[in-house]
Parts: sequence; structure tokens; C-alpha cells
Amino acid sequence: MESVGSIITYVVVALAIVIFSVLAVTTRKILRAATYLLFTLFATAAIYFMLDYEFLGAVQIAVYAGGIVVLFVFSILLTSHPGDNSEALASKQRVTGLLAALAMLGVAGYSLVTRFCDFLTSAPQMEEIEMKQIGETLLGSGSYQYLLPFEAVSVLLLACIIGGVVVARKK
Amino acid sequence: MEITMLYYLIPSLIMFACGVYGFITRKNMIAILISLELMLNSVDINFVVFNRFLFPEQMEGMFFTLFAIAIAAAETALAIAIIINVFRVSNDIDVREVNKMKF
Repeated sequence: MESVGSIITYVVVALAIVIFSVLAVTTRKILRAATYLLFTLFATAAIYFMLDYEFLGAVQIAVYAGGIVVLFVFSILLTSHPGDNSEALASKQRVTGLLAALAMLGVAGYSLVTRFCDFLTSAPQMEEIEMKQIGETLLGSGSYQYLLPFEAVSVLLLACIIGGVVVARKK
Repeated sequence: MEITMLYYLIPSLIMFACGVYGFITRKNMIAILISLELMLNSVDINFVVFNRFLFPEQMEGMFFTLFAIAIAAAETALAIAIIINVFRVSNDIDVREVNKMKF
């Protein structure tokens, strides 16, 4: 049995996710789409906080909401007139898109609802994850520890920096 | 009322379907990228929810999400660099207009 507060929080967050992600793909002003994406990302961070992954929620806000959305906004301002509406969709494309999305929603939703009866329990108790534990897991080389992926990501980010500079610089 | 796994997976599923719809119907490259972010984000939610509800004593899902966020950031930065370059060459970021390299 959950407390009333957590149920209200959940309803608000879930509604925010659904409404803002629908708006992000249906609005015709591109800058608004980026703003709705920002709200969706914030709601996702709220989900991480609700599930007791505070560090992950902080990372989500810092990297996604703080970094990626700013990149989006700057590139929108560089490449299009933000006030313009995008042209209306041809009805054939809209039907194709809706069909694909609804088919996917139907199949996945049906299997989810019918096959997931086993997992209909509330979240089990979890001891709070400490920063020390996260750091040791991230930088340890034992089993279930992530030094190698960590280093691989650092190399990937370096390659990404160089690639970004090379691709986007003026000739 | 108990908030079970399903209650978290359904919004994430809807978010993914929105991403699919936007990816197919949008013409602006940046809008396509935004739809892609929606899809990546919903998968991240799934990782965390499965980790929290089925294996609360482990942290694998959380670290997968952590690395997925890092890689998504890198991918977005590079894609935006490419989009800005395409804009310089053809003065448009409509996917239908970008066909100079075809054939």
C-alpha cells in the first residue's frame, strides 16, 4: 500500500510523460518540440528520484536537461526560423506513422498487460545506494564492475569531441 | 493502490511509440533527433525499472542507464555537428532535400 502522496506524485509524473511526449512529436513549431522534450526529460528524472536512484536523476538533469537540450536549442536557432510552422504532413505519411506507432503500442502493450501478472507487486525494499558504492563499482576491475566501459566511454567522448570539431568547422 | 512495475512501463511504452511516430513523420532533421531522444529515454526508464523491481540488490540497470546517457550525449553532439554542416552545404535541413550523395 502506497501513501497518498506518492500516488499523487506518480500520477502527475506519468501524465507529464505521456502528454509532453505526445506534444513533442505533434507540435509544428520546432522550438516548442525541444521545450516539450525538456519537460519529458525532467519527468523522467522525477521517475528516477521516485525509484530511489538519486544519482541517476541528478545525472539525467545535468546531462540531458542541462546539456543536450541546450545543444538542441542552439542548433534550432542556427538552422531554422524558430517562429515558423513546419509544413503540414501529407495524410499518407501521418497514416503510416500512426499505423506503425499504434501497431507497436498494441503488440507491446498487449504482451505487457497479459504476461506481466507475475510482477504485480510494489517495489521491494532497497538500501540506499551510497556514492562510495557507485564510485567503487564504476572504477573497479572485478566482476560486476565497470572500469573497462568507463574507459571506453572516455575514448568515445574524445573521438566525439574531435569528430564534432572536424565536421562542424569552417572550411 | 499499489504502484507496480506495469505503472512505470506503460508511460515508457507510450513515450517509445511517440518516438516511433515522430521518427517516421517528421521532416526536419532536428525533430527526428528529438524523436530519437524520446526513444532512448524510454529505454533508459525500462532499464531502471527492471533493475529496481526485480534485482534491487544489484546495480546493473542503473549503470547501463548511466552509460546510455553518456553515449546518447555523444551521439547527439555529433549528429548536431553533421546537421549544421548539412545546413551549410544545402541551406536546408529537410530530409527530403538531402539527396546529393545518392547514386
